[in-house]
Amino acid sequence: MEKKNNLKAWLYLAPLLILMIIFIFYPLINSFYISILENYEPLANNGAGSATGYTLMNFVKILKDQLFWQAIKNTFVIAFISVPISIFLSLLIAVALNSIPKLKGLYQTVFFLPYVTNAIAVGMAFAFMFNKDYGLINVFLGWFNINPLNWIGATSSWGAQMGTLLIYTIWGGLAFKILVFGSGLQNIDKQYYDAAKIDSASKWTIFKRITVPLLSPFILYISITSMIGALKAYRTVIGLFGERLGAQPYSMITIVAFVYKYRSGYTSVSYISYAASAAIILFFITVVFSLIQGVISRKRVHY
Amino acid sequence: MEIRMSNLTKIFVAKDKSEVRAVDGVTLTIPSGKLIGLLGPSGCGKSTTLYLLAGLLKQNEGQIFFEEDEVSETPPEKRGIGLVFQNYALYPHMTVRENILFPLQNLKVEKEEAKERTEAMAKLVGLETMLDRKPKELSGGQQQRVAIARALVKTPRVLLLDEPLSNLDARLRLQTREEIKRIQRETMITTVFVTHDQEEAMSISDEIVVMKDGIIQQMGAPQYVYDNPANLFVAKFLGNPQINVFDGVIKSKKVYINDMLIGKSKLPDGEVVIGIRPEGFAVDQELKSPFKFSIDLVETIGRDTTLIIDLPGEAKNILDKKSFKAIVDAMFKIQTGDEIHFLVRPEKMFIFNQEGERIE
Repeated sequence: MEKKNNLKAWLYLAPLLILMIIFIFYPLINSFYISILENYEPLANNGAGSATGYTLMNFVKILKDQLFWQAIKNTFVIAFISVPISIFLSLLIAVALNSIPKLKGLYQTVFFLPYVTNAIAVGMAFAFMFNKDYGLINVFLGWFNINPLNWIGATSSWGAQMGTLLIYTIWGGLAFKILVFGSGLQNIDKQYYDAAKIDSASKWTIFKRITVPLLSPFILYISITSMIGALKAYRTVIGLFGERLGAQPYSMITIVAFVYKYRSGYTSVSYISYAASAAIILFFITVVFSLIQGVISRKRVHY
Repeated sequence: MEIRMSNLTKIFVAKDKSEVRAVDGVTLTIPSGKLIGLLGPSGCGKSTTLYLLAGLLKQNEGQIFFEEDEVSETPPEKRGIGLVFQNYALYPHMTVRENILFPLQNLKVEKEEAKERTEAMAKLVGLETMLDRKPKELSGGQQQRVAIARALVKTPRVLLLDEPLSNLDARLRLQTREEIKRIQRETMITTVFVTHDQEEAMSISDEIVVMKDGIIQQMGAPQYVYDNPANLFVAKFLGNPQINVFDGVIKSKKVYINDMLIGKSKLPDGEVVIGIRPEGFAVDQELKSPFKFSIDLVETIGRDTTLIIDLPGEAKNILDKKSFKAIVDAMFKIQTGDEIHFLVRPEKMFIFNQEGERIE
């Protein structure tokens, strides 16, 4: 009887499992394999590929690459600045929305729009908004007598470009977070707020000591998923800067963009192996951060 | 502290725009230092009244005074009240200590003092060894006492309890209601508690307030209200088993039920509604009383025997059948089918008009 049930369970799991094996597990293992091949030529031998042996030199090669460190720096800045800020902002917005039941639906839609809009299209709109000469942002700053800033022009600084990218990333990430926090807030018993009110808690105290702890499972979920998302940043860069990946070529390159750059050069010997090595490094970075968050959460999350 | 409510009214508007007067012109004075039970069936407005006192709901009309201060417009945190919620609303992520400390931290009480007060309060409710546990590691009764401690630690002027015992099992309920009474006596804090359980209200309240449809039916000491119900509703609501209700007739100063004489009255002739408490029947050992029935069911528990008697008359189905209960001493050893002559104790008999108002 038990055996039969097991078989059934596997049968139900099969469709998803097969897809995951083909599109996730196999590529992951294959990336490991490719990353340690020596002189790998994917198109040799009529597409069967050729290699002269196994090596770790692919990793050494990209770790010596100035561009890879640029990608690491950009990715980390995006992840460590945009994630906390967007979580904090979306929490505030979700709480604020919750306190205006009448207009909530309308605002929720407004805040959710970026989520259903194409990132490339939005990126182009942002690129225009942040244009030095006729962008809306500089026009707006002009009202306060602030000189036009060179956000993403050809001679713009790394800081200005990163600032623009961060604004875009944070804004684009708000939608989903607000949605999740909003539904999390619905689950909190209103009596806790009544009790806190009777206990003379200020609004800030209620937010800090009641709302945030009670939402902590949601905050953990969002922080892990958005940290992973930020470490994989790519669409935003392409959307805002196009294929040059920056106002100056590669100035805003991210790890995923780095992987893509080398993968696209697949005709050269070992380029695919370099791309695979970078992808593997990103994989471990992601795993490490997820584990760290998991450990922190054990102390801070109240289920 | 004395609490005064004057013409307090709360109207809820439903989705279909119909209005419900949950609390309807309540005028009430709650004496200082007493334990008051707000009693009524569900939907009678008792909890709404409590939340109006707390300030979590805002009245549509009327005023609330704490002593001479009008607090009608005062927000809840400024009213100086402690409130215990029906499901306690303990913060699940905080320990017992943090829960009790929370109001003091908000009131910026100095740290050492806050610590002392928290521990003193934990001691008062008998939880000094549980301070570092989370609420879910406590039993229902213990959680309830944490909620009381949290409400009392800021030394409020009034303690409000919303159905404080309804989430406890029967045994714990008896224990906890004694506990509430003890804590109230020790602190001498004016306490209002809401319940639908008449036994609970009668057993611990100094005074009870019976409500129905948002309107106060009667207020007074529990035993007084039980012995002198103002109307049929109050008479029916208090007492277990419920009071027996009969259609009766008064003819030339005599009271009849089913043409059987049961007593005297000064009322003019006419049809009335008669309520007789189950303990208001006495067995007439001389077999003289014309008020006699054959017994349909006998339940003997300890020293009391409950007799269940179907009223004679044609009933279309079993649900229409009217019966009444009489509680008599078990020593009579009455059996099913026996013919018993009853005498009615006049002080246990109330006469109401057809509208349910008490007329004698």
